[in-house]
Amino acid sequence: MEISRNWRLQKQRYGLVGEVCEHCGSKIFPPRDVCPACAEEAKTLYQFSGKGEIYSYTTVYDAPDGYEEQAPYTVAIVKLEEGPLVTAQLTDVDNGKVEIGQQVEMVTRKLREDGERGVLVYGYKFRPSWSDENLRVG
Amino acid sequence: MKDVYIIGLGQTEVGEHWETSLRHLAWEAIDAALKDARLKQPDALFVGNVLAGQLSKQEHLGVLVADFCGLRGIEAASVEAAGASGGMALRQAYLAVASGMVNTAIAAGVEKFTDTVGSRATAALTSATDSDWEAAQGATPAALAALIMRRYMHEFDCAVADFAGFSVNAHANAKTNPYAMFRNTITAEAFAKAPMVADPVNMFDTAPDADGAAAVIVAADDFVWAHRDASQRPMIRIAASAVATDSLALHDRPDPLFFRAANLSAGRAYKQAGIEPGDMNVLELHDAYTVYAALSLEACGFAPRGLGWRMAGEGGISLRGKMPLSTFGGLKARGNPAGATGIYQIVEAALQLRGEAGANQVAAPRWGMAQCLGGSGSTAVTHILERVGRDS
Repeated sequence: MEISRNWRLQKQRYGLVGEVCEHCGSKIFPPRDVCPACAEEAKTLYQFSGKGEIYSYTTVYDAPDGYEEQAPYTVAIVKLEEGPLVTAQLTDVDNGKVEIGQQVEMVTRKLREDGERGVLVYGYKFRPSWSDENLRVG
Repeated sequence: MKDVYIIGLGQTEVGEHWETSLRHLAWEAIDAALKDARLKQPDALFVGNVLAGQLSKQEHLGVLVADFCGLRGIEAASVEAAGASGGMALRQAYLAVASGMVNTAIAAGVEKFTDTVGSRATAALTSATDSDWEAAQGATPAALAALIMRRYMHEFDCAVADFAGFSVNAHANAKTNPYAMFRNTITAEAFAKAPMVADPVNMFDTAPDADGAAAVIVAADDFVWAHRDASQRPMIRIAASAVATDSLALHDRPDPLFFRAANLSAGRAYKQAGIEPGDMNVLELHDAYTVYAALSLEACGFAPRGLGWRMAGEGGISLRGKMPLSTFGGLKARGNPAGATGIYQIVEAALQLRGEAGANQVAAPRWGMAQCLGGSGSTAVTHILERVGRDS
């Protein structure tokens, strides 16, 4: 049970809330209070749009404990339109049927469950953008 | 600062040791290394390990191993830096001896992977990634390697088949290594048909997780000269020892296709040893995935950016090539006992420099380099070894 740990991260995981550095203007996700670009303090919250494109992707067949029921699933690195890269599962796609550069948007989904009586962990995943011509119909 | 020498080597066969415990595996390697060094009572012990807390429910490995080896009383601690733990254990032993605080030290690595099997073992491995922001999304070490490989192929215009040469070379070299896990030959054709682990990383791209232990004994220069025996065995000096870090999470790097920690630690090591990549005669890199071999070669100055993959196909990495790589099978075919891997690399490089590599011997090497990585290149530990003649 990791209740406090998941509760602590809910703003970031549910809302894609990061930070912006007042010194160099870098947008930061996940938030870390110290700007990775200029090493100055960066505590101003910043709401990301949730839009981005696929930087890279893979299909996981050998899943860790807590993710077995989802396997095989697609994990991607998404380049957010504000700049940062974020690791996230893709949803509403056929495994492997995506491309580098494809436009995606954030949605909230179940990330994992710790057994029948355990905590359900929710957070962001990404799916092909509705405006995207790559959208599969049906 | 004192010069530090490697005076003893020990290793166990890498594989699935169902009948052997964590402590017993460590003892086998340490006992062999102490006998090789003709040393009974070292001053300190550093144990590299990654997974014992999760897979064997055993922490506190410094005293566990010291006690079991009959070394109660000595200074002992465990060292963890994911896949770089073995190299980091040697780093600690090196610092302890170089500083003059101890005369001799054991740097050991041990991993007992098979104490837990299945998805719980996979979950344990993900603890080397960023738990909140990578593992929470179901990413695994293999998935991170796959994310790198897919993007690398996209940017540098190469295909999965172009990486086959790294694995073919590793297996060819492991064939005559009695300590290797996989001593079978593989072909480029078999590589192309291997099942996927995390697309595009296939089973022949990936090093097998396994049990194993290795140990080296290090000693200060004055101790070595005072205790030198009559043998003509060349001595092995640690010419450089360097550690560097990058971001923990792959996605936090400005360029995820550049192993910056590997680049920094190799650069510091070249400077300390006073040599360049072109001087190297033996190379052991962290080929946990074929794309990691390519990125490590680029980061350490053996290939230009984006062209590391070409070294897989050019024949230069074989035992008789210009830059022999993974000379006893590397992680891929010798096997990857996580926290022990970095010490296996040192044992192998030292065997080459001693001229004791048997069928795997490369021609008269003077300089050998071993670099191990933790996580997706997040930590890098580089050591450069030099063969020193008895009379020098």
